[in-house]
Amino acid sequence: MKKLLNTLYVTSQGTYLSKDGECVVVRAEDGVKRRFPVHVLDGIVCFGNVLCSPFLLGHCGEKGLAVSFLTERGRYLAGVRGPQSGNVLLRRAQYRLADEAEASSRLARAIIAGKIANSRAVLRRCLRDHRNRVDALAMNGAISMLDACAERLRHPVSLDEARGMEGQAANAYFAVFDNLILAEDRTFHFEGRNRRPPLDAVNCLLSFVYTLLAHDVRSALEAVGLDPQVGFLHRDRPGRPGLALDIMEEFRPFLADRLVLSLINRGEVRARGFVSKESGAVFMDEDTRKTVLTAWQKRKQEEVAHPFLKERISLGLAFHVQAQLMARAIRNDLDGYPPYFWR
Amino acid sequence: MDRTLPLSALQHYLYCPRQCALIHVEKVWEENRFTAEGRLLHLRADAGNPGRRGGVIQDRAVPLRSDRLGLYGVADVVEMRPGSDGREVPFPVEYKRGSPKVEDWDRAQLCAQAMCLEEMLGVAVPEGAIFYGKPRRRERVVFDARLREAVEGYCRDLHAMVERAETPEAVAGKRCRNCSLKSTCMPSASRRVENYLLKGLDP
Repeated sequence: MKKLLNTLYVTSQGTYLSKDGECVVVRAEDGVKRRFPVHVLDGIVCFGNVLCSPFLLGHCGEKGLAVSFLTERGRYLAGVRGPQSGNVLLRRAQYRLADEAEASSRLARAIIAGKIANSRAVLRRCLRDHRNRVDALAMNGAISMLDACAERLRHPVSLDEARGMEGQAANAYFAVFDNLILAEDRTFHFEGRNRRPPLDAVNCLLSFVYTLLAHDVRSALEAVGLDPQVGFLHRDRPGRPGLALDIMEEFRPFLADRLVLSLINRGEVRARGFVSKESGAVFMDEDTRKTVLTAWQKRKQEEVAHPFLKERISLGLAFHVQAQLMARAIRNDLDGYPPYFWR
Repeated sequence: MDRTLPLSALQHYLYCPRQCALIHVEKVWEENRFTAEGRLLHLRADAGNPGRRGGVIQDRAVPLRSDRLGLYGVADVVEMRPGSDGREVPFPVEYKRGSPKVEDWDRAQLCAQAMCLEEMLGVAVPEGAIFYGKPRRRERVVFDARLREAVEGYCRDLHAMVERAETPEAVAGKRCRNCSLKSTCMPSASRRVENYLLKGLDP
């Protein structure tokens, strides 16, 4: 199995990254240098005003490391990738399927099945563990709604239906999401998803972690030779990584959302770590951002049993496994796409 | 053949057609491919000038090609031995590492090298040898008509498979244990995703 490698997250403003032999040299603004061998990394994510030498970018491209540039707050700006590698047969099959409504709807059904089953599992887990602290009636209502979607998904659905279901399921789930937040602090009150900019601390955390997830999923798709832009559930929109969004769906509830919840519920992020702008937009300070990045890295190192392969892997490799499974499904080596079902 | 494939593709094919297709049709991760080829790693000395041992010229890392078989590659060692009619007879030698016995696919691989040499030099190459294991042992391989026909058949099948660009289904077996492409191939994973999907949707 591929080894789980580390992602280098650079958050200090004014840092300069360059190449020295097989090492990435990270020079902070005060001149302090640190080195990382390239072979222990699978990607570099730069936040804000961080510069990379073109030779480092070229070297990362050659070695298959994804380099992404985000704003300081974590909005994706650009990514640098090496020369196209991978398999043209696979990409052509992907484009062909994306053009066929019937084939797209089969894959979209599997993707949405993963999202709905995992959303439901997250709600159930919370209901089981904190029965006395949540609005059980509302929670059960949302779970029944997801049950109905799951029941409908036992049979083929059209693309429009699958997309409609995705919206419904997300609404039902986020309508009760506030119940999952056990912190007393009203800073972490959740009234619904909002983004660009996020208007409260919870949305700020969610958006940030989704960005990290997007980077990892996208790199995994590129590594197996799929085009992250061309999705099945998510229609082509220029600049939108459709397939990355597709594969992210199953990971959002149990990986991204639960990470945000545990950071809040365990008090690892505090109200004072968030800054409100005049416009109502809310941002994290640097320490909070580092806390989130560290927690994300740690979570990826946890060992899990992959539900389809029945192999033990670190969670961070699950993106690669799912990308691989999607490739096998597209090449017709599997009779469908098996999403990662979280139990 | 309008396409030439590396000799190592033939060896992958003989080991497992699916492994070969994953590498040469699906182009799975390069890094995996190199580890897969680790099984084929030879103690290849740097190509230098041909050396001499006794009356035998030894050339190392010799590039090979056969249009008839549609293969190209490199032989570890080719010895040029004096023949009865005064002409030199090429004698390919392959070094094996790891597995302690010579398998059928090793013989076929060596025979394919001999057939490349015959086509390139226009001489008959009747036999060669495989060195292997610890303690170092040597097995002589005679390229008889049966082995040659088998090699031609394998090459046809290999090219047909790559031409169709289809990857054969997985057949789980003992050989999967040592296969570095196992995680990509998923030999024991059910191909029937639908049952898995329905189970995941169960209330």
